[in-house]
Amino acid sequence: MRRVAVVGIGHTFFGNLSEFDLVDVLAFASGNALDDAGILAERKIIEQVIVANIGGGILSHQTGIASSLVSRMDMEPAMAELVENGPASGASAVKLGFMAVASGMVDTVMVTGGELMRTVTGWEATDFVATLLHPEAEYNLGLTLPAFGGMFTRMYMERYGVTERELAMVAVKDHDNAAKNPFAHVQIPVTLDAIHDNENANVVNNFVAEPLRLYGMCPVTDGAATVILCAADSPKMKYFTKRPPVYITGIGSATDTHCVHNRKDPLVLDAVRLAAERAYAMAKLTPADISFAELHDAFVILELAISEEVGLFPRGKSREAVVAGVTRLEGRMPINTSGGLKAKGHPTGATGVSQVFELVKQLRGGAAKENRQVKDPKHGLAVNFGGFGNNVVATICSKEPTW
Amino acid sequence: MAGEELETKLRPPLLDMKPYPPKVITLASGEKMVVREAKRSELGVLLGSIYPLLGAPRDFYDLVAARMYGELLAWYRYRVVNEFVLVGAIDGVIGGIVNSRMVDSRVGMSYHTIAIERGLRVGAQLFAAKMEHHLDYLGQEEVWIVAESPIGFKRWMIEYELEDRSSQFPKVWHELGGVPTFVLTRKLYDAVKSQKVTGSRPVDPALLATADKLKMPTEYPQLPGFKRERS
Repeated sequence: MRRVAVVGIGHTFFGNLSEFDLVDVLAFASGNALDDAGILAERKIIEQVIVANIGGGILSHQTGIASSLVSRMDMEPAMAELVENGPASGASAVKLGFMAVASGMVDTVMVTGGELMRTVTGWEATDFVATLLHPEAEYNLGLTLPAFGGMFTRMYMERYGVTERELAMVAVKDHDNAAKNPFAHVQIPVTLDAIHDNENANVVNNFVAEPLRLYGMCPVTDGAATVILCAADSPKMKYFTKRPPVYITGIGSATDTHCVHNRKDPLVLDAVRLAAERAYAMAKLTPADISFAELHDAFVILELAISEEVGLFPRGKSREAVVAGVTRLEGRMPINTSGGLKAKGHPTGATGVSQVFELVKQLRGGAAKENRQVKDPKHGLAVNFGGFGNNVVATICSKEPTW
Repeated sequence: MAGEELETKLRPPLLDMKPYPPKVITLASGEKMVVREAKRSELGVLLGSIYPLLGAPRDFYDLVAARMYGELLAWYRYRVVNEFVLVGAIDGVIGGIVNSRMVDSRVGMSYHTIAIERGLRVGAQLFAAKMEHHLDYLGQEEVWIVAESPIGFKRWMIEYELEDRSSQFPKVWHELGGVPTFVLTRKLYDAVKSQKVTGSRPVDPALLATADKLKMPTEYPQLPGFKRERS
């Protein structure tokens, strides 16, 4: 298997981009990445374009998005495909790009993930995401992803003693990080007093899916992100001298039952654990080697649960890490340095790519000018969580090759 | 003298209005927003604060700003019966304005809500304060409400589960054009009050003093690049 380097990254502002066309938004991130890679003028060296998107056909009434992006970017005759894998679409697209390069099929791939979700109302966006649930056993009963988030949170609190205050601490940390991220949707720091302790907090931070509150959930967001991959042994690496390469050293995915109620224990996220184990095995690394992580915190409880499932903390103990500040930017294991889905935003198709964008940015030292640089990072882990844990992709990026 | 005599004829008869007691809300950012009644003498700073938004079409800010601009002038010149204006001030800077009026002692008519500060639910808090004034302090039984933007429809009609009285047109007819009239009844208000209305009273005098002299915002999230020099 060939080594795969990330040689360019691009990102749009995450927020309300509803006045733009979906393909324009994808093109903004793509152009940004081509420029970052130093190949805007030579972009036709990209052999394969992979686009991650879930809702183009539903929300934007647009299909054939990958070929449309190639045309918009004047990148013909690059091969182009669309990947739809629920909220894990972005990381799945990165994985398929990795496979295309690692296998030797192509040398260069551009992966762009994007979504326009604010072209519709919030409840229509929630309904759209809920279409990934089982149509008869879940969706038809009125279940949505926030509802699952609420139930999962309730069980987790009861079993492990996590408190609402600790959940609010996760949100405060994510908002602090997002406030420094120029691409983040919600660049407003929030205080623990205001969203939990203060007498006004019950209204300011109201319940959305009890016990999940407003500041425990990701916003509905538009945006796109891009990564450009190249085989490390390819002669085409000569084009990519503008930035130091970062390597995808591990990538793995796994599935779990479609219906959450078919699992032995709803709090055990087998797909998360297996995806991470596969990524660790490929990278020849262990959780102890990870310097920082981007975890799929569509609901703050997921940051805790995923961090335990991938071995960063013992089960039930991540709450202690949060309280001790371990997961803060300056802590031993910074989590969601970008602000996470929670505050950076969650344009579903873009999220997995955006997570890899953040890993690369940190590993390059590029977050220093935003005053949110992880100290001397060597390996970053991203977990992109599809469905309610039924399709998960874990990606490890490293400053230097590990194999 | 003739002008003064005519002026008295132009002014509507006014009902007694109890004052709205100021309160402070700790926003998610930790900032303290003082919510209090605006005074007519503050018209200039109120109009100046919303004037730039006349050029902000996104989310219907232009429409709401233009409507409110006229309503504030009408309030200042006593051309509307029993209008009141509440303002939210963060460190004295206007974060949002709401206005409304009494139709009679029983019915209120909500006019507009404009949130200049975005992302902290300033508009939601000020709208809730407006409803609090109608129902808790003015002692009214219901408030007629229309929405002129999707954000307003979501925040009021959906979140408060307002009663749709559009079928009772023209008996129930909000004066802001022909858009459907919804109603916050006392029963509905009592059901959502604990989730929607907040704020602490009394306000610490030092904090209240920060809102004595209102200041116009220098920047507007609705108007990227706009910058007003602080006078």
